[in-house]
Amino acid sequence: MELLSLVTAGSVDDGKSTLIGRLLYDAKAVSDDQLEAVERASLRLGLEDASLALLTDGLRAEREQGITIDVAYRYFATAKRKFIIADSPGHEQYTRNMVCGASTANLAVILVDARNGLNEQSCRHAFLLSLLGIPHLVLAINKMDLVKYSEETYTRIREEFTSFAARLRIQDLTVIPMAALTGENVVRGTEHMPWYGGPTLLSHLESVHIASDLNLIDARFPVQYVLRPRSGEHRDYRGYAGQMAGGVLRPGDEVLVLPSGLSTRIASIDTHDGPIEEAFPPMSVALRLEDNLDVARGDMICRPRNQPTVAEDLDVMVCWMDRQPLRPGARLLVKHTTRTVPALVDDIDYRIDVNTLRRASADRLDLNDIGRIRLRAAQPVMCDTYQRNRITGGLILIDPTTNQTVAGGMMTAGGGRGREGDAAESAGVAG
Amino acid sequence: MAHLARRAFAPAPVPFPALHVDTGHNFPEVLELRDRMLKHLGIRLEIALIPEMIAAGRLREPPGTISRNRLQSQALLDAVDKHGFDALLGGGRRDEDKARAKERVFSFRDAFGQWDPRSQRAELWHLYNARISSGTSIRAFPLSNWTELDVWQYIAARKIELPSLYYAHRRPVFERDGMLLVDNQFLPREDGEVVRELQVRFRTVGDMTCTGATLSSASTVAQVIEEISRCRVSERGATRADDRFNETAMEDRKREGYF
Repeated sequence: MELLSLVTAGSVDDGKSTLIGRLLYDAKAVSDDQLEAVERASLRLGLEDASLALLTDGLRAEREQGITIDVAYRYFATAKRKFIIADSPGHEQYTRNMVCGASTANLAVILVDARNGLNEQSCRHAFLLSLLGIPHLVLAINKMDLVKYSEETYTRIREEFTSFAARLRIQDLTVIPMAALTGENVVRGTEHMPWYGGPTLLSHLESVHIASDLNLIDARFPVQYVLRPRSGEHRDYRGYAGQMAGGVLRPGDEVLVLPSGLSTRIASIDTHDGPIEEAFPPMSVALRLEDNLDVARGDMICRPRNQPTVAEDLDVMVCWMDRQPLRPGARLLVKHTTRTVPALVDDIDYRIDVNTLRRASADRLDLNDIGRIRLRAAQPVMCDTYQRNRITGGLILIDPTTNQTVAGGMMTAGGGRGREGDAAESAGVAG
Repeated sequence: MAHLARRAFAPAPVPFPALHVDTGHNFPEVLELRDRMLKHLGIRLEIALIPEMIAAGRLREPPGTISRNRLQSQALLDAVDKHGFDALLGGGRRDEDKARAKERVFSFRDAFGQWDPRSQRAELWHLYNARISSGTSIRAFPLSNWTELDVWQYIAARKIELPSLYYAHRRPVFERDGMLLVDNQFLPREDGEVVRELQVRFRTVGDMTCTGATLSSASTVAQVIEEISRCRVSERGATRADDRFNETAMEDRKREGYF
């Protein structure tokens, strides 16, 4: 069964937790004991009805203070699909949390309160989501019951958002008017908005086409581990284990190993259950090569006529996630596919003002800032632009002194030095 | 987990051992399959035996308690020290519990094994940062995003053998706190508790003293999948006395160093 991973975004009072609670409840993904726990907690907080929002509060401090601290993951399934919901809180650490939740999502739901329309946060969220290359976006105009189910309100917010989104690279946008509290247009339809002919949220989630979200064109195989049993019947076995990051590979294909640049052919594609005829994302397999080359973890196997950029100088759009600001001259570790290399921050090209989408020159990036930096890696990195391939175009930065993950990064120019174009464009945003 | 490890490294052997934090209150069926399966998969077994640690004075049982669930955290840390483990892989899933739903795939623990939900590392894409400072170790949960149903569908697809406990069978049980506990030598009956033989199965299997059974007639994988799809009670809610202490039982134990 197909699995759809979605992330929700919205500010504190837009009804995000209520929407998720409603989705889980109406899709019958809430068990009786969980519901009882929510009823007990609601009573303690002095609420009259069981608050569905409490279903998503996981930690003691969250339930006691009515806040959300960290990304929470929820799971449910219908007859058509399985779903993972990453619920990222809208406050303080919003950039970090949303970027984490969105990095693996197929679809994002941005909630706005119909009474207030778009706010700074909705635009910021839309920008972040487009930066992370989320293929499908849903604008959920919530609390329609509080604006008398007004079509005019819906149209105004939709148009406002569409004109803002025209500056972003958003492939697929669906706008749904709903009332999460009453459940209208979440799982079941409603007679209150006869002017709306579109799907409910759940039926959209069940039917949106996600099969083509992975890159099946550019063959990329980052070597994760070298399998050498060195005993018994497999004494001479040498296989390269990893997960397909792009394209399709078959036995007999001519391949190139980077960064060495040596070429050979695929002898076989092995799995625990025996050899297979083709491998594509997200399969994990072991490749055996015809020639005995020196291949190690962190190498990239691709095709001679379709190679990633091999570069030491990298242009990267980063979301900075550490309390200590990023400054030029910082020494960090780049983790990209299965390769970890030391790198130096050469320069900060600019910081993006996420409210105006304008670039501003900057000598540092603070917590939750987005900006483009230039990195010089100690060894070559084999990468594609993030827009082309989310796996070979994404990286994380690690502070070697604290071992913390301090940034998420997306390759922009693939090692190129192009500095033209406005900030929005190089951020994966259409002009 | 053992099957996944075997598949990941085949045809090479699994390069790490299995660890059993053993309370001594086991279901015999589990031990029998544990030994047979690990032998078949070629995985070495290390055991942290709580009764032995109590006898050696390294662990103390709080007077009057029977469940050794809380001693497991200490025994686990002991094993981490003894073997110098950097990381322990566990089968925990986010759909099991509210606190687990917020835990990262790579969970970093200090020297006391404590989890701090407020300072978790950012996890982006599938790029995991596994670097640790000395004195810390990792609990990694590769099955974080699996659900109970996913696990059973995987078991069906790969035809994996499980202890017979997971399928419906007749067994003497008694009711306590709304749970059906197994009639066993470690757990004395209290007044008014009547042992009855019922048709039950186990959804999770832990220590004999705190794992509850559910009434069930599902005796095959297909029937279990059918039963779970229709079930209205969560797995841990139904069957684990250890999570019933209070609403944040799992969170509290994780903060104390539990897996």
